Amino acid sequence: MTTTTHDHHDDHAHHGPAKGLARWLFSTNHKDIGTLYLWFSFAMFFLGGVFAMVIRAELFQPGLQLVEPAFFNQMTTMHGLVMVFGAVMPAFVGLANWMIPLMIGAPDMALPRMNNLSFWILPFAFAMLASTLFMEGGAPNFGWTFYAPLSTTYAPPSVTFFIFAVHIMGASSIMGAINVIATIINMRAPGMTWMKLPLFVWTWLITAFLLIAVMPVLAGVVTMMLMDIHFGTAFFDAAGGGSPVLFQHVFWFFGHPEVYIMILPAFGVVSAIIPAFSRKKLFGYSSMVYATASIAFLSFIVWAHHMFTVGIPFAGELFFMIATMLIAVPTGVKVFNWVTTMFRGSLTFETPMLFSIAFVVLFTIGGFSGLMLAVAPADFQYHDTYFVVAHFHYVLVPGAVFSIMAAAYYWLPKWSGRMYNETLGKTHFWLSFVGVNVTFFPQHFIGLAGMPRRIPDYAVQFADFNMVSSIGAFLFGASQLLFLFIVIHTIVAGKKAKAKPWDGAEGLEWTVPSPAPFHTFDTPPKVD
Amino acid sequence: MSATSDNHASEHEHYFVPAQSRLPIYTALAMFLMVYGAGSMFNAMTQGHDSNGEWIMFIGFLGLAFVLYQWFSAIIKENHAGLVGDQLNRSYVWGMSWFIFSEVMFFFAFFGALFYLRTFVGPWIGGEGAKGVTNMLWEGFEYSWPMLSNPDNDAFVPPHDVINPWHLPLINTLILVTSSVTLTIAHHALEAGKRKQLNIWLGATIVLGLVFLFFQAEEYIEAYSHLGLTLASGIYGSTFFMLTGFHGAHVTIGTFMLIVQFFRSLRGHFEPEDHFGFKASAWYWHFVDVVWVCLFVFVYIL
Amino acid sequence: MPSKLLKGGVALFAVLLSAVTQADWTLNMPQGVTDISDQVYSLHMLTFWVCVGIGVVVFGVMFYSIIKHRRSKGAVADNFHESTAVELAWTLIPAAIIVYIGIQAFPVLKNMYDFEDSELTVEIVGYQWKWRYTYLSDDPTQQVSYFSNLATPAEQIRNRTDKGENYLLEVDEPLVLPVGSKVRFVLTAADVIHSWWVPQLGVKKDAIPGIVNESWTIINEPGIYRGQCTELCGKDHGFMPVVVQALPQAEFDEWMAGKKEEAAKLAELTQKDWTYDELMEVGESVYQKNCASCHQANGEGLPPTFPALKDSPIATGDVMAHIDIVVNGSAQNPAMAAFGPQLSEVDLAAVITYERNAWGNDTGDMVTPVDILNYNAGQ
Ligand code: HEA
Ligand code: HEA
Ligand code: HEC
Ligand code: CUA
Ligand SMILES: [Cu+2]
Repeated sequence: MTTTTHDHHDDHAHHGPAKGLARWLFSTNHKDIGTLYLWFSFAMFFLGGVFAMVIRAELFQPGLQLVEPAFFNQMTTMHGLVMVFGAVMPAFVGLANWMIPLMIGAPDMALPRMNNLSFWILPFAFAMLASTLFMEGGAPNFGWTFYAPLSTTYAPPSVTFFIFAVHIMGASSIMGAINVIATIINMRAPGMTWMKLPLFVWTWLITAFLLIAVMPVLAGVVTMMLMDIHFGTAFFDAAGGGSPVLFQHVFWFFGHPEVYIMILPAFGVVSAIIPAFSRKKLFGYSSMVYATASIAFLSFIVWAHHMFTVGIPFAGELFFMIATMLIAVPTGVKVFNWVTTMFRGSLTFETPMLFSIAFVVLFTIGGFSGLMLAVAPADFQYHDTYFVVAHFHYVLVPGAVFSIMAAAYYWLPKWSGRMYNETLGKTHFWLSFVGVNVTFFPQHFIGLAGMPRRIPDYAVQFADFNMVSSIGAFLFGASQLLFLFIVIHTIVAGKKAKAKPWDGAEGLEWTVPSPAPFHTFDTPPKVD
Repeated sequence: MSATSDNHASEHEHYFVPAQSRLPIYTALAMFLMVYGAGSMFNAMTQGHDSNGEWIMFIGFLGLAFVLYQWFSAIIKENHAGLVGDQLNRSYVWGMSWFIFSEVMFFFAFFGALFYLRTFVGPWIGGEGAKGVTNMLWEGFEYSWPMLSNPDNDAFVPPHDVINPWHLPLINTLILVTSSVTLTIAHHALEAGKRKQLNIWLGATIVLGLVFLFFQAEEYIEAYSHLGLTLASGIYGSTFFMLTGFHGAHVTIGTFMLIVQFFRSLRGHFEPEDHFGFKASAWYWHFVDVVWVCLFVFVYIL
Repeated sequence: MPSKLLKGGVALFAVLLSAVTQADWTLNMPQGVTDISDQVYSLHMLTFWVCVGIGVVVFGVMFYSIIKHRRSKGAVADNFHESTAVELAWTLIPAAIIVYIGIQAFPVLKNMYDFEDSELTVEIVGYQWKWRYTYLSDDPTQQVSYFSNLATPAEQIRNRTDKGENYLLEVDEPLVLPVGSKVRFVLTAADVIHSWWVPQLGVKKDAIPGIVNESWTIINEPGIYRGQCTELCGKDHGFMPVVVQALPQAEFDEWMAGKKEEAAKLAELTQKDWTYDELMEVGESVYQKNCASCHQANGEGLPPTFPALKDSPIATGDVMAHIDIVVNGSAQNPAMAAFGPQLSEVDLAAVITYERNAWGNDTGDMVTPVDILNYNAGQ
């Protein structure tokens, strides 16, 4: 095989990347694999975005215009799945791959070949998922939460492929997470003690723990579906002593931590960028670490807040309501720390900082609506309406996605060795900022006014806001084409970047040249 | 924070970063073929038509077996070549530990389902507790565990009887617990450098594993052919076979891992202080053992 | 540059905002017509204002820093980065706020879970894609039960005619409830999970197959209240509205008596001699209401998911097989539900007759309600 087994260290570690396609297919280099992850997630963001555009186009006006209801449901489902599992999660894994070794002074990820495997599973998994669109009976049409029995007894045959796609995506995530944990625990440079770790590393460590704890549960629940569909088991069928509600409990035991998997690394990114452009140390480093850990812990005991209306007994409702609201406390600590970091700093507003500030504001708005949802009696009115859709897009789009964009602008000089164009970057920011708010803010109103989610057609009183929302969505979507242009433009024609392009930035990643050489920290740096 | 990159080569150990490798992407391809084949096969089975799914799955499986063989061989070679230092060894240790933790969580999903069904759903359908009204749909159904009667006995034909925990399952429990002991003895022998002892006790563990699997198969045959206890006989059968079935699959994998270690030992692999492959297999075995004990208590006895 | 864009953004928002104030759009949760919905509204506003308050403080400090502490204004960074006292404060204060909200929510939640002492119990069953309402009674023969289907015509949905005022929120037969008395709901479903929601009542509860949920309401004002199914339940999830008509007790009783009479008449109808034309006429309307969502008005279905009935082997073949699949549903595919329990003998006979003769199927067969009775007796 291709493994080099020549006698000892030294020579092999320093050869550069292989030529051509082989470099990417067979890579064991954390930077190349990180790049693969990032491009893959970008592609998936566009694919999921195209599905979203179909949704918004159909909802532009009341009445059925473009697509049939059956296809609309497939769009909603695939949009949710592709965005969550294809765009946001892989983007953060890509960032982890690139940045964690650089931030802790490690030569690579702990298990480089497994790293490559975790990545290459994904294109296969998503090819299989996307191919369901062309299967008889259509793609999965039961929502990204795939509640049984709509997703079992009443599902199209493609559900079987969906299940297996989820299985192997889960395998990819678990391997990725194991790699992150092994790297952080075991590969820190001498002197890089726990309480010196950059917050991005901390948040990823905790995220990886969440991943290992909940992805197997997701695998478990889809396996039960598989058995119900093909082997006559009764897990989700009361006629045999099971219950459809069992599905929801197991799913949300995964599903709720999953949403924090999509936001904790974002907290890490923002905690790196805000101090850099405030030229001031992050306020309350240690409380940030503890807050992250508390959020992770709490995320395991709040899952049933997605199920307030399924009829769990009173004591359960009460418990899950209080536990859920408690998450606002550690999250608040984070928000306050960011704001205090900016307070009395020396601020400048380059593109990464703009995205980070927007993150703090808009994520907090999303968090507020989350807190409102957590109030169980009120959730009876909010549940499964566009108010929920507004909530989670505020935490996911100007939350998770903005943080990813901020990270891309912030570290692009390190990755590519070139600076992006600041004017274009700011234009992209402002278009996205306006677009995202025009898209999702009115959804609060239509939700409160009573529009259920996952419907292809709606009553006439929701018409105006839906039109506004669709216009915003087209604007936001189109501005992402600008983002793609900016990234490509930077890589091919950007100005050369310095090793440390941001005067306020801190961290080991800025001690290596830009672009970061193929191999870094073969000899660990010394941190004091 | 400042960093210096002056040469500490003398104090630090070089972390082995493997060169490019074709193994991972082949693994991904093989996994894909396997699940794609399995998907086609299952759909064909349920819809009652033909497909070539089983062949695709089989090819994927062979491919996976072949690639993994290469992969593990490569790691063993690297180790023999002295490329694996303490630090990388620790990475393997962490990797395996967290992998086992993920397996724990996989079983947790099924155990959690079992607890939820038994403490809440069953009584509710039977008319007790906070949601006892549910019984209006299933009049006449009384809940008891093990369930020898289902809410709808036409849709899910219930079993006549369930497995008696004090026969085969008890024997199997003793077998597995013993196997954990024999494996530990083998491990001590390995650490003491006693190769022959190691082989004997490791061999004994493998035999115990195989006997366990044999009895398990026996039990399944009994359940299907005499007790009417099947996957489709209601939630008792569903949880019973899911839990014991996935456990059995893990025993199979564990036994296979031990067999590999046995042959490696015959070839003279392993040093008293360097035998990660053996250790990892042993941990896995103990994990499988603990799962069984939980199963014995919660699935068979209670 | 950024400030220009900022101004542009602000201007855009201003335009939108003024548009908002001009149109009479609903922006907020309805206060509703029950005590519960009113209490929920108050909770909603409470948490809303709490969030606004916190938002003002947090964003206030933030924008203060953005404006005052920018480097272009010559700000020099301070270097404080820790303060246990401050951190303790901003942990404890939000915690206290949460406890306060929890205390406010507790009695409302408790009240929602009090299903005792109801004067009337209505069973609500979700079907793909309609509701069945049954007024439970100790004497099962006296129980009134009927389906409630979407009444918006396909022409409006397909944009061929103008949309009505209650587009998608109108049904053929609403759930009729008395004002001022406690009505308990027991909810379940026949196929997949649905969720029964009427915002004005503050009632939303999932209808789950095989499981029974409870909920209740006391409506304070007569009127018509509209809602929708709020759990994704397949293709026509967006097309299964809920309409409740609340009547004063006396009118309600009258309505109830009328309903019972209707049921008695229906039983008579079964025995009457039906002509082919009568059956075809009833059959067409039954078909449009119950079958067209899948098999389509023109009988061509949506293959491969929903088979065509035009020229279908069953609809043009053995009559018994046809009756069987309609009455008992399909053994292979649960989407084709058993309509025996859902439709009257008259409706079943009519729809089968219709299917066997419409769209050029022209078998000439006629199935009468008595045939259905005989078929059921034979089972
Ligand atoms: C990144 C993803 C993400 C994040 C971070 C969150 C964060 C939160 N979410 Fe959200 N949520 C989703 C993604 C996310 N959510 C998704 C995808 C769904 C829908 C799934 C589906 O059905 O498809 C959902 C649905 C959802 C529901 C179910 C709604 C329903 O279906 O009826 C609820 C209910 O409790 C909820 C609550 C919360 C809460 C309390 C938080 C908290 O963590 C928020 C905490 C943050 C703040 C509160 C702001 C900052 C704090 C302060 C400034 C301190 C002071 C504040 C106070 C004291 C108020 N979420
Ligand atoms: C991280 C996750 C994530 C992200 C980033 C997004 C991004 C977007 N989402 Fe959402 N969404 C979810 C997660 C996410 N979503 C989930 C989990 C659900 C629930 C699913 C369910 O109910 O099961 C959901 C559901 C959902 C709905 C409700 C559907 C329904 O209930 O029926 C809507 C409706 O407006 C919507 C809209 C959008 C829009 C307009 C964007 C935009 O931000 C997307 C913008 C991106 C692009 C457009 C791509 C880039 C541009 C191009 C490719 C160029 C082409 C562009 C044009 C032609 C203009 N999403
Ligand atoms: C929710 C969707 C749905 C509705 C509503 C529905 N059907 Fe069907 N119908 C189906 C499906 C799916 C099949 C295919 C069943 C199979 O493959 O066994 C089917 C099959 C049939 C067939 C057999 C056709 C053939 O040749 O195989 C007949 C007859 C039929 N339906 C009549 C009706 C009548 C009458 C009604 C209304 C009273 C109705 N259906 C309502 C989904 C539906
Ligand atoms: Cu019924 Cu949605
Ligand atoms: Cu949640």
